[in-house]
Amino acid sequence: MSEIEAAIRENHPALITYITAGDPSLEDTKAYVEALDRGGADLIELGLPFSEPIAEGPTIQAAINRALDAGTTPEGFFELVDDLETEAPLLVMTYYNMLLQYGPSEAQRASDSRAVEPRDKPDVRPFVERAAEVGLSGLIVPDLPAEEADPLRTACDDHGLDLVFIVAPTTEGERLDRIMSQVSGFAYVQARLGTTGARADVSNATHDSLTRLEQYDVPKAVGFGVSEGDHAAEIIEAGADGVIVGSALVDLIAEHGEGDAPAADALEAKAAELKRGARRGGGVDVPEPEQP
Amino acid sequence: MSKPERNRDRDSEATFGEYGGQYVPEALMPAVQELEDAYERYVLENEDGFMDEFRDRMRDFGGRPTPLQRADRLSDRYDREIYLKREDLLHGGAHKLNNALGQVLLAKYMGKERIIAETGAGQHGTATAMAAAHLDMPCEIYMGRTDINRQRPNVYRMRMNGAEVNPVTAGSGTLKEAINETMRDWATTVERTHYVIGSIVGPHPFPKLVRDFQSVIGREARDQIREKAGRLPDSVLACAGGGSNTMGTFHEFVPDEGVKLYAVEAGGSSLEIDEENALAPNSATLSTGTDGVLHGAMTKLLQSGDGQIMESHSVSAGLDYAGVGPELSYLVDTGRVTPVSVGDDAALNGFHRLSNLEGIIPALETSHALGYLEENYEELGDLVVVNASGRGDKDLETVLEETEKRDLEAAPDVEVFDQ
Repeated sequence: MSEIEAAIRENHPALITYITAGDPSLEDTKAYVEALDRGGADLIELGLPFSEPIAEGPTIQAAINRALDAGTTPEGFFELVDDLETEAPLLVMTYYNMLLQYGPSEAQRASDSRAVEPRDKPDVRPFVERAAEVGLSGLIVPDLPAEEADPLRTACDDHGLDLVFIVAPTTEGERLDRIMSQVSGFAYVQARLGTTGARADVSNATHDSLTRLEQYDVPKAVGFGVSEGDHAAEIIEAGADGVIVGSALVDLIAEHGEGDAPAADALEAKAAELKRGARRGGGVDVPEPEQP
Repeated sequence: MSKPERNRDRDSEATFGEYGGQYVPEALMPAVQELEDAYERYVLENEDGFMDEFRDRMRDFGGRPTPLQRADRLSDRYDREIYLKREDLLHGGAHKLNNALGQVLLAKYMGKERIIAETGAGQHGTATAMAAAHLDMPCEIYMGRTDINRQRPNVYRMRMNGAEVNPVTAGSGTLKEAINETMRDWATTVERTHYVIGSIVGPHPFPKLVRDFQSVIGREARDQIREKAGRLPDSVLACAGGGSNTMGTFHEFVPDEGVKLYAVEAGGSSLEIDEENALAPNSATLSTGTDGVLHGAMTKLLQSGDGQIMESHSVSAGLDYAGVGPELSYLVDTGRVTPVSVGDDAALNGFHRLSNLEGIIPALETSHALGYLEENYEELGDLVVVNASGRGDKDLETVLEETEKRDLEAAPDVEVFDQ
């Protein structure tokens, strides 16, 4: 069992959190990840910002813009991950072009005696190697469907990384089989059509998707629109092994601004609320924390 | 009349060499595959007479065929035979209707209820709005805020044809951002909505679908030049942004190895990249880009070393895009298509020259091909076809403004305004 699968199964029902690395700075991200880890996140997804995030709604688009404006680079991201010591395994969520273009810079090539010729065709392997080296446990690439994933699947297998695929409300039949045969770690169940973003309710599509996935022995985590402990409870009750929360956390970061300690406290409290909700949905009796 | 037999294996391939593919979010994959199926049945096999209806409508509503006209004064100026394929005379004033009408009609055959599209210069948006009105389909167009401001007449035309226009404020507010936002809409509404993509970009089958609808340009031009000049041309020129008029013009000539094909890109203000500000002051993707994945396809891109897509620039909104169709990337790598570029100044001079010499006001996009012709006619042989992809009425505000900033040899004297 991979680290990611174990983190979900052993902490069932699991809380998976997403924030964008570099929003508003990589130093802040470090504090935020540690806060989420303390708050009860069982897995933490870190977004590596890409300029054209077509799967994201306005909240995460804005976070990505803040991260890019702050000068976040893939190498800065990897150094941050290398620095982090969390109980929760870390995943990177980014777009395929970021994987394809990662490689030693021209300057590094020039100074490195083992320098290879510049690549004439993009290749995902340097990114995956570096991801494994800094201790990432897996990848999620929202614009890479199973049909195009063979090179990345192979590279991930070579380095012991999980490759998580998204299962959409429109995914059915042979395509679902194909995805479930390639997925590792967990299946990311997209709760509704559309882009990421906090919503006020849990969609019916969630229940339908979880029913379609019942027969597959892979942990299922539901994301896209989950923002409250009550959503988490409902989703776990519907049969999911975990809930994924992103935009609701990114909203908290945006509200607090740069270098503000309360943002980390707010993230920790939110993670705790969501984890309690998930456990409530899983039939675990959780007392509410005492009000101060 | 059915479409000539084609090799199904070749047309069903999702890639052109290493370019192309289907790099889209999972939610869109079933729709992309549904479109593949519809492409093969209706477009390649003319099921239910789809292609017959398409051609009939392009004749009666669109005004096809468009003429191939000998440009007499340009021919004198360059001392060789110059012919213009007059796509500017197509309904709507540009080649865009070929694709827009084809796709809106295809959406109807597929049982879709709603049309969405992105637009840069507004030409694809206006063509889609016209086609949607003609075929009675609700239509929403996404357009960058910057483009809305520089292409106001087109925005008004779309509204007059009944389309909603949704401004996109992200990034530089141009075509790239409009495509992002249209893809997000599609990912939300995919079950009943068809996305009419405006160029030979995006996931398979869009690059082939759009090319096939546009290839009527080259098919007509090839017949017309043989009739008028008695032979195939030495060179064919077309401007290239995303590349739909380019591939539409070239496709039929690709097997004619003696015909040189020139894709004229926007050189903007410079071909040098400003890496620090992630800015390419041009849109010369085929000439200077590197391989990567954007908007569903592997293709050549203007991007930073890290893989961030750069903001591009051209005086022509319709060429202002950091990507390009994967088939053009492939044809450039194989040497079949020659990528060249001219800057904003040469394009503006090309605009004024054609207006003045031939009585045709060309689109700023087309003006790039005319700028290249002026600077390099000696290399193009004795018989040259230029695709006049669109007319320039939409560009008058931009041309007035940009001409005032410059000392352009071909610009008219407009002192009349000061009297």
